[in-house]
Amino acid sequence: MTEPSGIPAPAVRPHERILAMRGISKHFGAVQALTDIDLDVYAGEVVALVGDNGAGKSTLVKALAGVYPPDGGTIEFAGRQVTIDSPADARNLGIATVFQDLALCDNLDVVSNLWLGRELTVGGTLDEVGMEQQSWKLLRELSAKIPSVRIPIASLSGGQRQTVAIARSLIGDPQMVILDEPTAALGVAQTAEVLNLIERLRERGHGVVLISHNMADVLAVADRVVVLRLGRNNGVFQVGDTGVTGESIIAAITGATDNAVTRRAAQKNPEKGGEP
Amino acid sequence: MSIPNSVPSQDAAAGSLAADRQDERLVQHHGPGGALRAFVARIRGGDLGALPVVVGLAIIWAVFQALNPVFLSSTNLVNLSMQCAAVGTIALGIVLVLLLGEIDLSVGSVSGLSSAVLAVGFVQWGWPLLGAVLAALALGAVIGLFYGLLYTRFGVPSFVITLAGLLGFLGLQLLVLGRTGSINIPFDSWIVQFAQQMFLPEWLSYLLVLLTVLAYGWQGWTHARRRAAANLSRLSTTSILLRCAALLVVLAVPTWYLNRTRGVGLMFLLFLVLVVAMNFLLTRTRWGRAVFAVGGNVEAARRAGIRVRRVYLSVFILTSTFAALGGLLAASRLAAANQSSGGGDTNLNAIAAAVIGGTSLFGGRGSAYSALLGIVVIQSISSGLTLLSLDASVRYMITGAVLLLAVVIDSLSRRSRQAAGRG
Ligand SMILES: Nc1ncnc2c1ncn2[C@@H]1O[C@H](COP(=O)(O)OP(=O)(O)OP(=O)(O)O)[C@@H](O)[C@H]1O
Ligand SMILES: [Mg+2]
Repeated sequence: MTEPSGIPAPAVRPHERILAMRGISKHFGAVQALTDIDLDVYAGEVVALVGDNGAGKSTLVKALAGVYPPDGGTIEFAGRQVTIDSPADARNLGIATVFQDLALCDNLDVVSNLWLGRELTVGGTLDEVGMEQQSWKLLRELSAKIPSVRIPIASLSGGQRQTVAIARSLIGDPQMVILDEPTAALGVAQTAEVLNLIERLRERGHGVVLISHNMADVLAVADRVVVLRLGRNNGVFQVGDTGVTGESIIAAITGATDNAVTRRAAQKNPEKGGEP
Repeated sequence: MSIPNSVPSQDAAAGSLAADRQDERLVQHHGPGGALRAFVARIRGGDLGALPVVVGLAIIWAVFQALNPVFLSSTNLVNLSMQCAAVGTIALGIVLVLLLGEIDLSVGSVSGLSSAVLAVGFVQWGWPLLGAVLAALALGAVIGLFYGLLYTRFGVPSFVITLAGLLGFLGLQLLVLGRTGSINIPFDSWIVQFAQQMFLPEWLSYLLVLLTVLAYGWQGWTHARRRAAANLSRLSTTSILLRCAALLVVLAVPTWYLNRTRGVGLMFLLFLVLVVAMNFLLTRTRWGRAVFAVGGNVEAARRAGIRVRRVYLSVFILTSTFAALGGLLAASRLAAANQSSGGGDTNLNAIAAAVIGGTSLFGGRGSAYSALLGIVVIQSISSGLTLLSLDASVRYMITGAVLLLAVVIDSLSRRSRQAAGRG
């Protein structure tokens, strides 16, 4: 068990591939949620996973987190072929996930939620003091606006809960952090802190997967943008390359250059025309 | 995770305030008056804890004492304490399943089966007494394991599994007892002696009270010191001493009162020890934290890497084992096992005790102490009505009404908790 501060950098050297998913597929009854998905994540890299509602982003993340083991395909993590059958497996590998639905226990307080499943102990009993102290340190680093860590999660606002979920993914020593729409409910300052955090994670050589619908955030922090559309890969963009703009990514997300976003833009500035 | 670049700006400004007291929105409660205000705020928020049951118990005792002055006599209270142990132990198991949001309806049958195994094994088959006791407990554990496997492998609702168990193990109990139907356990066996005749010597009872208070105070003090060292708010020495004094009164006065006649029965002491031990396991260990997490949100617990199946298995096993132990205590107190052992109202009293004591039916909320408080309420009603020579019909109706009241309080406080944001 590692404390939130002073964690050594991951064992993988920067720019080595941490994760390689190949041919991942997953269906729910008659719905083929994922078909033949490939995804690579390198150490020290932020990969943004984007796509429309229902494109399969959360399903892919859950396959990686051990929530829904995939039907087919292979996962290579830190150079080894692995099977991730349970959330405990994912955590032992060093994959930490912030789920879109947060997955917090409403009846437990903030400290219990942060350390759930990996509580610190002294002599076999819970080390409440140690956990509370480190919780405060961690929450301050995220500029969390949480009045008390001893109140039940149910009494927090949506953004405060999201901050707790993010803070939780940082406990332990994950090699890879997956954030499923982490800033959806956050205030301006907290969003900036999360983006800063993502950049700090990259500097320390962690692999980061960020799911977001906010193109500005994606372009601000991501090194690579992977687009999913209707459960399939629909393009990879290297941020910074010429020709990679919000518009080109949106075109891949919606599957057409003539889409709702461009039409709306055209209505607003008729002189620029409908073409991106 | 180290996030070196961030300089938490609040820290500098916060000055000497403890790390958990810096948010300006936090209402500060200082001194004893403040503690009282914090308490009132908590109750209003629907976090009732043990309050309704303590108030209810006071009312029940006052009414019965007014109707019959024997009720609060030392003799009657000693009896009351001895009556609590068996069903109270079963209720302790019920608290555990309720914390998971599940139920075990078969605890009565399992306790009856365990009584039968004890009597038949020891008296008819000539097993050593300890062997019969262990066999009965092991049988309880196996039954719990069976429930747990059915629940975790096939996802059958615990309500249905244990309803089947209620019938099945009642049948097994009748089978074990055979044609005799009723078997007496010799009075001079240690288990009957333990349940009927053994009481703490007076000096030892006070010594135990003193040691308990000292342990409580020591633990509170070291905890406060560690919090202070970690720059967290801590209880002042005065309030720790006040709490110790309160605990001393709560323990010493009843002990003194019971000691005026027979004293504190060993069987009752065993029950108290079990309650305190379960409370420790539930609040101070990773296992206990996992139980509350699973009861609050199974999926979140699973995603946090908790081995949810093991938690269910362990709890079902403990519940059935406590039921078996309760059956052993009941049989030894009666010095007999028969076809109605564990029958009648055993099941419902155990479940009612857990709920009346304040453990929520909705899972994730409750305490080991609710078994103690709840069973004292139920046995008080039963004992009071017996003293008034009212028969079972009235007792059932009153216990039913109290149970209904407890469930209504549980549901209402759940609603006001949601309104006040306490989950
Ligand atoms: N547990 C489930 N049972 C059945 N179908 C599911 C389940 N989870 C997801 N799906 C289906 O899988 C598809 C992909 O869902 P997913 O949650 O991965 O989308 P998403 O890309 O995360 O969308 P959003 O941007 O809205 O979060 C959807 O069609 C959805 O209906
Ligand atoms: Mg999603």
